[in-house]
Amino acid sequence: MSFSKIKFDKKIVLSFWIILIALIIAAPTLLPVFRLNLLGRYLSLSIVALGVDLIWGYTGLLSLGQGIFFALGGYCAAMYLQITSSSEFPNNIPEFFALYGVEKLPFFWEPFRSPIFTFFAIWIIPALIAGLIGFLVFRNRIKGVYFSILTQASLLVFFNFFNGQQKLINGTNGLKTDVTQLFGQMVGSESMQRIFFWITAILVISAWFFAKWVVKGRFGNILIGIRDDEPRVRFTGYNPVIFKTIIFSIAGGLAGISGALYTVQSGIVSPQFMTVPFSIEMVIWVAVGGRGTLLGAILGAVFINYAKSLVSEALPASWMFIQGGLFILVVTALPEGVLGWIKGDGPRNLLQRFGLKRKIETYPSLEVNNKEGNNE
Amino acid sequence: MELLLDSLFNGVAIGSVLLVAALGLAIVFGLMGVINLAHGELMMLGAYTTYVTQLIFKLPILKPFYNSYIIVSIFLAFIVSGVVGILLEKTIIRKLYGSPLETLLATWGVSLILQQFVRSVPLAYGTGLVISLIIGLFLPSTFPSKIKESINFKYFKFSTWLFATLTGVLTGNIISSSVSKLSRASARNVDVTAPSWMRGQVEIIGTAFPKTRLMIIVITLISVIAITLFLNQSAWGMRIRAVTQNRQMSDCLGISTEKVDIITFGIGSGLAGVAGVAVSLLGSVGPNVGGNYIVGCFMVVVLGGVGNLLGTVFASFGIGIMTDLIGAGRLLSIWPDMPLPLSNTINFFATTSMARVMIFALIVIFLQFKPTGLFPQKGRMVEN
Repeated sequence: MSFSKIKFDKKIVLSFWIILIALIIAAPTLLPVFRLNLLGRYLSLSIVALGVDLIWGYTGLLSLGQGIFFALGGYCAAMYLQITSSSEFPNNIPEFFALYGVEKLPFFWEPFRSPIFTFFAIWIIPALIAGLIGFLVFRNRIKGVYFSILTQASLLVFFNFFNGQQKLINGTNGLKTDVTQLFGQMVGSESMQRIFFWITAILVISAWFFAKWVVKGRFGNILIGIRDDEPRVRFTGYNPVIFKTIIFSIAGGLAGISGALYTVQSGIVSPQFMTVPFSIEMVIWVAVGGRGTLLGAILGAVFINYAKSLVSEALPASWMFIQGGLFILVVTALPEGVLGWIKGDGPRNLLQRFGLKRKIETYPSLEVNNKEGNNE
Repeated sequence: MELLLDSLFNGVAIGSVLLVAALGLAIVFGLMGVINLAHGELMMLGAYTTYVTQLIFKLPILKPFYNSYIIVSIFLAFIVSGVVGILLEKTIIRKLYGSPLETLLATWGVSLILQQFVRSVPLAYGTGLVISLIIGLFLPSTFPSKIKESINFKYFKFSTWLFATLTGVLTGNIISSSVSKLSRASARNVDVTAPSWMRGQVEIIGTAFPKTRLMIIVITLISVIAITLFLNQSAWGMRIRAVTQNRQMSDCLGISTEKVDIITFGIGSGLAGVAGVAVSLLGSVGPNVGGNYIVGCFMVVVLGGVGNLLGTVFASFGIGIMTDLIGAGRLLSIWPDMPLPLSNTINFFATTSMARVMIFALIVIFLQFKPTGLFPQKGRMVEN
């Protein structure tokens, strides 16, 4: 790694930090509540994007089923909120049960009376399920596209299950959270939304540090090894199954946290979170931002979603075209994403093309070797 | 016995839809290693082709032949989807061979664009666009090579595309002025009505069977036979198999891999179009119609074993019969006095969506024991 490279990276990171902290401090006062709420939602989505970056960018596992864990986290939070604010309804159970003539709370709702259980359930349940699915798949050395297809199929399994079970979890309608109470306050109220924004901002930063810690050192090296040449990792004596399962469940846990934060800020959790397009969208955030960069995942999630809401407000029909175009563009022209492009030789090549910067006169092979060295 | 027959018929009916939808995917995925998530949208194009054909056949000139529109639309759907597929291959997928995950993302982008295209462009002009594409892509190859060599190829290509665009705009205008239903863009679902000879039911061994279902089975049967014959008997089929087995070696032996790729992808996409005709007979056609099938198709291909048509056939009929057995709760009527917990479980899964849950879960469990599907490809490799 050359000296200038390190400085460049640090500059990016430092400027990112300044922008981020300025944004977080300024946002609640500058933005109207509607926009603040949107920003908070997008920040919470960036946590699930971090998870996608960990499994796809670092380990090379393209999961199309992150929506499962996202929605599970959301459901955990929503179940707690529904059950704590159901005291005025008949039988002390959430209101929607009365619609389907259910009188007794289904057994799996019971533990969610406890806030402590919920606090842990939000990330442990998705992580456990991710670990289970991951272990079953990885154990058989199912990988690459087969893994993607299987995760997508699991997504459909969960979607159909949650969508069809009116009597257990209100099916298609989902669970509303904005009219529920948390610590005596209305969840949908302005002051609560501000608090949620702060919590989200802090959690995004801590998730980022956590992800950075995960990919640092030997563990991260093995992940990258699995991405680049799994058989070689296996022949060296490591068991890729364990590492893949661990990282997949970490990503699942992150998705769960993200889902819970998104749910309380959007006011509802529904099986729509488990639709196929939403899970693939998560991948495109990371792909556009730059896979294997962590920062790119956060920026990608926030900016693409912000662009989505702006474009959809102005020209509702055109967002699908733009999104489709983004997928194609990022795969064919920008395989390393925007951040990868900036970090790599992208800007220099662009300047060279316009004759603004002199070509560096070195041996081409030196450049190539240098580039390879940076990846390790 | 009668129950078993009933279940078998229903299962075959469900399975044949799955099979015709998965057939194209099995070719594209199995032979080329391309994950084509736009496959569902190519099916949608086929379904819309059926709809457009139906409306055009209602025009006074073609009215006497109205009853045969469904047969015509099968061929048209094959051509339309095939041409869109070829365009896709030429522009995007060609750059991505060898990296299936990238093809997955790119084709997903294509599928979004196609969906929105159907929503926001009037079908008449969409038809015009497809006609220009067909002319632009195929007209150059119909000219004798002598003419091609005698004039500058650049101008030649330019003038064909110019001609193609003009023809497309003209036909688009003609269609939009003569069929008012096609002149406006709409996101609403449309309905394809089967011609009169396909309505009603047929009785086979005591069971009433809708004729449209039979038609789908016939379409599936013909597609499977045709594709098997093509792959195993024709020269191009042999080349396709050769490229699948060893790309570099085939290239060395003088097979144009580029052409093989185009043909394979074109046929796979065309079959998606044929599947679209079948799907349009089952229900209303909308921009999202393809999305309902795509994951099921992938499961069929994975379950059957990649690169194996026989496996695809077995897998789709297997899934079809299982769906019927579970979704209609037939196990309960076969064995009425089963223990209570078991019968409760079966009742729990006895809806269409829950049957899907069960089937997918069963497939995931099955893949635990046979990770490469029912009929795996043989070979000794570290990676496949």
